[in-house]
Amino acid sequence: MRVLLALLMLLAGAAAAAQQPRLVTDLSQSRIDISYRFAGAELLIFGAIQYPGGVVPEEPPGIAVVLRGPVEPVTVRKKARIAGIWVNTQALRFESAPGFYAVATTKPVTDLLDERNAAIYEIGLNHLQLSPATAAGPETTGRFQQGMVKLRVNEGLFVEQPYGVQVTDRILYRARIPIPSAVPVGNYQAEIYLIDGGRVRARSTSPVIIDKTGFERSIFVFAQDHSFFYGLFAVTLAVAMGLLAGRIGRRG
Amino acid sequence: MGCFVDLYLPIAEMSVNALVIIGLGALVGFLSGMFGVGGGFLTTPLLIFYGIPPAVAVASSATQVTGTSVSGAYSYFRRGQIDLKMGAVLVAGGMLGSVLGSFLFRWLKSLGQIDVTIAIIYVLFLGTVGTLMLKEVLTTMKAQRSGQAPARRGRRHHPLVAALPLKMRFPRSGVYISVLAPFLVGAGVGVLTVIMGVGGGFIMVPAMLYLLGMAAGVVVGTSLFQILFVTAVATLLHATQSQTVDILLAILLLLGGVAGAQLGARAAQRLPAEKLRLFLALLVLAVAIRLAIGLTWTPRELFSIQTALA
Repeated sequence: MRVLLALLMLLAGAAAAAQQPRLVTDLSQSRIDISYRFAGAELLIFGAIQYPGGVVPEEPPGIAVVLRGPVEPVTVRKKARIAGIWVNTQALRFESAPGFYAVATTKPVTDLLDERNAAIYEIGLNHLQLSPATAAGPETTGRFQQGMVKLRVNEGLFVEQPYGVQVTDRILYRARIPIPSAVPVGNYQAEIYLIDGGRVRARSTSPVIIDKTGFERSIFVFAQDHSFFYGLFAVTLAVAMGLLAGRIGRRG
Repeated sequence: MGCFVDLYLPIAEMSVNALVIIGLGALVGFLSGMFGVGGGFLTTPLLIFYGIPPAVAVASSATQVTGTSVSGAYSYFRRGQIDLKMGAVLVAGGMLGSVLGSFLFRWLKSLGQIDVTIAIIYVLFLGTVGTLMLKEVLTTMKAQRSGQAPARRGRRHHPLVAALPLKMRFPRSGVYISVLAPFLVGAGVGVLTVIMGVGGGFIMVPAMLYLLGMAAGVVVGTSLFQILFVTAVATLLHATQSQTVDILLAILLLLGGVAGAQLGARAAQRLPAEKLRLFLALLVLAVAIRLAIGLTWTPRELFSIQTALA
């Protein structure tokens, strides 16, 4: 009897799941290679919404597309004037700052999501969880966090596009994420959220790898794994170029 | 056009315009060929201004100075204008200094004060050297105009130097001084080489003339000799300790630099020595003033981010 009840509950759960819309996603490329010609790229994230029973709602859907890079600890410093000179005086450490974060939405994040959902899923530049590791008041922490976000936005490493997602026929969606040349390498994740009534209704994720390739990669690996010989090679090359130029110069 | 010259730097982890970097190297090379200085004091600030992470700019600039000083050092060597004994003492001091410098560099970086320290050192040294040079050049030019023979400065080393123990004879330089004096000069310049990515010629040449009292004929060659070895050691230290030497960046700088240096050396032969020194003094002062402004004016951005690389 108890087994039967459990089975019934499971079935009901499955039916409820079937009632939820689903997201299908694809990327223009799941791997971005950084070669010597790399000067930035654009990632196209696109897909379709599968509504239960194929019934398309009247309301246009809310979509948020997030591309998140690897996190690393950073120290944010603030300058103040001491004896007429601008010196770094305050520092705050954040344990988990993404090296890259881009969010594109169908309308501004505050109009799309309630505070709680935005914070849970870290959607929007104001909702990043950076894990401050230095004891400071919430006001100071907030100011440092804003200062850091502003710097990264200027470098193109943090992107917020309030109307960056285009939706066709309330089914197809697409977003273009600009990737600057100074992008950190590592494992990225593209996250797509379907939002209704301020809450996340469905979610899909795809991995993206950004890595150096070919010549760039060889140099980087050489510098990391055989740093002494790399240094020696750099010195030898510099000396050779200098001597060669000297010889050509004397002849000329 | 843009797509032909954009080049991604593997260590700096950013894309640069190759022509801009080669041009920058050529400009610095031209000045260094003209004035006989390494030019690191211009390369490092210009690279940082372009957006290269400071640690990479300092390390790669040291590599570039190695390349630009080698052909100069070689031609002075062939003409016998290097005091090898003095050079060896300076290099030994320089090696100690560069190791000390690399510890100092890491310590200042962990405090978050590396940028401001570099800028203050630049302002102090360039300001002092530039002012002294300008004063001397103006005095000489005035004396020449009034038809007098320029007053010859007695080649006497500084009284502080004379008081040091462990005296040694340096026949080529024509001095009999404590071995500690050149060792300490070399060490001081070595610290600066690692921290600022400069050869330090603009400090070493006056120090050799006025502190050590060396014969003018061997000063530039011996200075280049020391710079060559100490910047090579600095490159090795940066490569092994922080992996911040960007070989591609150094090659671009050298491509422009070595060509510019040849042109600069030729241009120097057409200009009177006093005019050259006047230009150099003004250039050094201009860099010092620009950096002093950067230190004291309210910055556009109060916050800065430090990651593993920057």
